[in-house]
Amino acid sequence: MSVWRAIAAAALFAAAPALLAGEIPPDARRSGYSFMGPDTRAMQDDDTSNPGMLFVLDGEQLWTKKTGSAEKACADCHGEARISMKGIAARYPAFDKALGRPVTLDQRINLCRANHQQASPLPYESRDLLALSAFVAHQSRGLPITAGNDPQARPFVEQGRELFMQREGQLNLACTNCHDDNFDRRLAGAPITQGQPTGYPLYRLEWQTLGSLERRLRSCMSGVRAQAYDYGSPELVALELYLMSRAHGLPMETPAVRP
Amino acid sequence: MAALINVPAKARRGDVIEIRALTSHIMETGFRHTVDGKLVPRDIITGFTCRYNGAEIFRADLFPAIAANPYLSFFTVAKESGKFEFEWIGDNGYSSTASASITVE
Amino acid sequence: MPTTRRHFLSLAGGVTAAGTMPIVSLRPLQATPAMLTAAIRNVVGEAQLRTGRVKLDIPPLVENGNTVPMTVSVASPMTADDHVKSIHVFNEKNPQPNIGNFYLTPASGRAQVSTRIRLADTQKVVAIARLSDDTFWQIAADVVVTLAACTEEMN
Repeated sequence: MSVWRAIAAAALFAAAPALLAGEIPPDARRSGYSFMGPDTRAMQDDDTSNPGMLFVLDGEQLWTKKTGSAEKACADCHGEARISMKGIAARYPAFDKALGRPVTLDQRINLCRANHQQASPLPYESRDLLALSAFVAHQSRGLPITAGNDPQARPFVEQGRELFMQREGQLNLACTNCHDDNFDRRLAGAPITQGQPTGYPLYRLEWQTLGSLERRLRSCMSGVRAQAYDYGSPELVALELYLMSRAHGLPMETPAVRP
Repeated sequence: MAALINVPAKARRGDVIEIRALTSHIMETGFRHTVDGKLVPRDIITGFTCRYNGAEIFRADLFPAIAANPYLSFFTVAKESGKFEFEWIGDNGYSSTASASITVE
Repeated sequence: MPTTRRHFLSLAGGVTAAGTMPIVSLRPLQATPAMLTAAIRNVVGEAQLRTGRVKLDIPPLVENGNTVPMTVSVASPMTADDHVKSIHVFNEKNPQPNIGNFYLTPASGRAQVSTRIRLADTQKVVAIARLSDDTFWQIAADVVVTLAACTEEMN
């Protein structure tokens, strides 16, 4: 623990060109998994006891289910997800040329529904959207995160970083104040993590269900008594993109389990 | 909605084997309120049964203190090849089933 | 489930308003030790409740009270003549004292059950086993439940 803090403190003086003061250097980045107790780790490690896998199984069913007025299933275009979706979630949010902005995996699923399936969008945090998103992201489990590599996404990564560094809410706290400056300490009884989004959508014991990174960000914002951005807002997408690029190289864990 | 069953595909006669069953259910306690003060009605799984080739080998009564997406692990002696059948019942007429087969040598 | 923080706030408020009001009189919605005793008697009847033979594995400090892994095991040969008929788990402070009843047979081979439970607060968990000779054995464990720092509002 003190070793990590020493490394984080050292980062303040190390002049790594891509890092702002206080940012965690790449080799000190840690998944939230490393902050959990043995019981919660055990729940994630075994697929037959990981409740997130229930959603992955539901997503697998939805993948081959024909939907919308086009009567098309995801599989009709994308085939075997094991092959076609491998590594995809690791690079999301990804820049969409037609829209000229990055879109999250949830938004991509709904764009597919609108453009190719002629189906109505699935609401944020609905079981079907979480299940599809979990199934797709599960195909990247173990692969390194590459989101933000696309040069076109850069300005949006930068926007996300600014939001991460910006103080907000009645508590006047920025994300960085907890997740860069004070990880490994405790807030009430719970350890403060680095906020690396390696396992979304993930099963949170507190929620007792699967949830998206946007849900997590929104509850952090309520935590600092700020008005949370809406689901799908450009700000949340930029924050999600910055967080994913900040976790560059860490392996995907979907569906992760967290306290 | 999905259930995850873990039964060994093969076992030797007489082996004690672990069976795990995880199923999707919100397990709404009936003690929570919405922001406008309304009680959220109870909606839980109340009973679980496992049968091995027709004979009941394990049964459970569940209460609101069981976490969402109930997980159960228990044991049985592998006696013969055949089928395990799982049944969950609950509030509002809830019922779901799953099965898994085993080869005993 | 009501949170301890809210209980604390309502307690504090009550004390301020009434000045010398004793805190113990303001019990939040939760099972009382009397309810726990009654729930246990409901299963055990008038039989003697002995301590031992039962093992309860539960983390002494849990990361989130909404999903707490728990395993109960009983030292038993699990034969037709000598086996565990049932395992009953109770808690002290949830709104209700019962957690689960689990019914075994000699075909179980091993008297062990695992599940995941909810604990609304730091409290005692009790596991009781009924053996085939209709004796009852118990074990209790204390569990400290920490609250997450930034919990979501329920809506």
